[in-house]
Amino acid sequence: MTSVSIDEASLRQSPGRRLSTFFYRHPRLRLWTLLALPVLWLGVVYIGSLLVLLLSAFWTADPFTAKLVHEFTLDNLRRVFETPVYRDVAFRTIRMAALVTLACAVLAFPLAYYMARIASPRVRNLLVVAVLMPLWGSYLVKAYAWRTILSGEGAINWALGPFGVSFNGYSNTGLWLVFTYLWLPFMVLPIYAGLERIPQSLLEASADLGARSMRTFFRVTLPLVFPAVVAGSIFTFSLTLGDYIAPTLISSDQFIGTVIYREYGTALPFAAAYAMVPIVVIVAYLLVARKLKAFESL
Amino acid sequence: MVESRLTRLFLRLGAGVTLFFIYFPLFVIALYAFNEKVTQRWPIEDWSTKWFSVAFHNESVREALEHSVLAGLGATAIALVLGTLASMAIARHRFFGREVMTFAVILPIALPGIVTGLALQATIKDVLSPLGVKFGLATIVIGHATFCVVVVYNNVLARLRRTAGNLDEASADLGADSWQTFRYVMFPQLRTALLAGGLLAFALSFDEIIVTIFTAGAIQTLPIWMYATLFRPTELPIVNVVALFVILVSVIPVYLAQRLAGGTGVAGGTTQRPARREP
Repeated sequence: MTSVSIDEASLRQSPGRRLSTFFYRHPRLRLWTLLALPVLWLGVVYIGSLLVLLLSAFWTADPFTAKLVHEFTLDNLRRVFETPVYRDVAFRTIRMAALVTLACAVLAFPLAYYMARIASPRVRNLLVVAVLMPLWGSYLVKAYAWRTILSGEGAINWALGPFGVSFNGYSNTGLWLVFTYLWLPFMVLPIYAGLERIPQSLLEASADLGARSMRTFFRVTLPLVFPAVVAGSIFTFSLTLGDYIAPTLISSDQFIGTVIYREYGTALPFAAAYAMVPIVVIVAYLLVARKLKAFESL
Repeated sequence: MVESRLTRLFLRLGAGVTLFFIYFPLFVIALYAFNEKVTQRWPIEDWSTKWFSVAFHNESVREALEHSVLAGLGATAIALVLGTLASMAIARHRFFGREVMTFAVILPIALPGIVTGLALQATIKDVLSPLGVKFGLATIVIGHATFCVVVVYNNVLARLRRTAGNLDEASADLGADSWQTFRYVMFPQLRTALLAGGLLAFALSFDEIIVTIFTAGAIQTLPIWMYATLFRPTELPIVNVVALFVILVSVIPVYLAQRLAGGTGVAGGTTQRPARREP
């Protein structure tokens, strides 16, 4: 190392250099420097907010001023579980979420399979972009577009008109269609990624061992891609459970989201208690999903 | 090929149906923007571009657009910082609570938006308002940043997993300080992932409404304006034009981000595209 002349004294004294040596020697401190802000924001502000909300489920609201009264009570939770209407709304929403998830999976599978295994690389890249683009954008625009399409004078009834059929779009069937539409890309992409991870050789091995394509699909492909389907279903399920805008635009029935939205202004504790329903369902769902290794497919 | 000819035909058909389903409502609403009449009857009979100039000169639309852009930029900036820091910690360290942290990053988009919105509103009302932060642009940014972090985080994390961890050590051995290592070694590797994450975060923020309603107070962003206006039949032509505009603004960043980072994950790129496994 004689040919390289480094001014060692200046190196040692440069503050940036000293800092990097310091962090190298104390990886824990480096870690906490990195983590401080994210933990403060997500851990303290966000999780803290959630806890405050959950806690307020145990307070009461003054019926005249809507101000919170900090007296511990289980009445709100009792009301959620014992009032038939709210139980019905919860079941209706969960059933809707399940049906939407099912429809999304059924519609997503052929497209994802085609993208992953049939399409040429060029077409595949185009399709990925084609599915990604509507995923991120314009939730409200999409819901609004369907409101227009499903209306009595809209495109659907125009197309059905010659057959003498009319479709009441502003119904739960219509809402099911809209939800399926809204969350479909969230299902396509994880399934596509999951299918692409399956090595071709496994499918060939299955065929070599005498399995027909149906058997290969149900015994090899489907089990391997299942975590990806679960990953997609996290979104289709969770997004349906908490939505209050699409139901307002399309259906006249109440859903968990619309009830919370209606109540939070005057009865925050009850709204918070009702919000526990989707939270508990989703957290349980997430825990199961993590067990099934679905997070790797998000 | 394991799939038979018939299976492939069916798959092609199914894929076509699904793609049509995804795009047909977007085209319909795009066409309505050129509808001359105020009524929303299908099929459209008279065409016109006059509503574009009406929308362009609408004061509340302009104001809402300005708020949306500012909120998007602010949220993206915060998400970039927090997401990068979190992903660096997760990618390069093993620590107690690491699992909890990965959970906490995903939670804001996994939990129903109404829960996040309600929780943030309660905190803003009880904690921030007494400190002088009133409902407005700042609180919108706080809400958006919370769920935008995950997008940047996922993009950067995916990139970090593909790059060698000892590069920063090598850089330090060669005499670089922390800043130089970041500037000349880490940043060039992360640049496109950051840009992609930032674009997606902006797209996510720009049209968000479910959380925004709870954090906005009296301020209107473009989606909130749309939501307030679409129940007024006479103003629907303007809503249609704004809808077309929102589609374009949210679609273009996603296209660019996809080109840059190539991620296919729902949350913005965890799943990298592997090489084709054909023999």
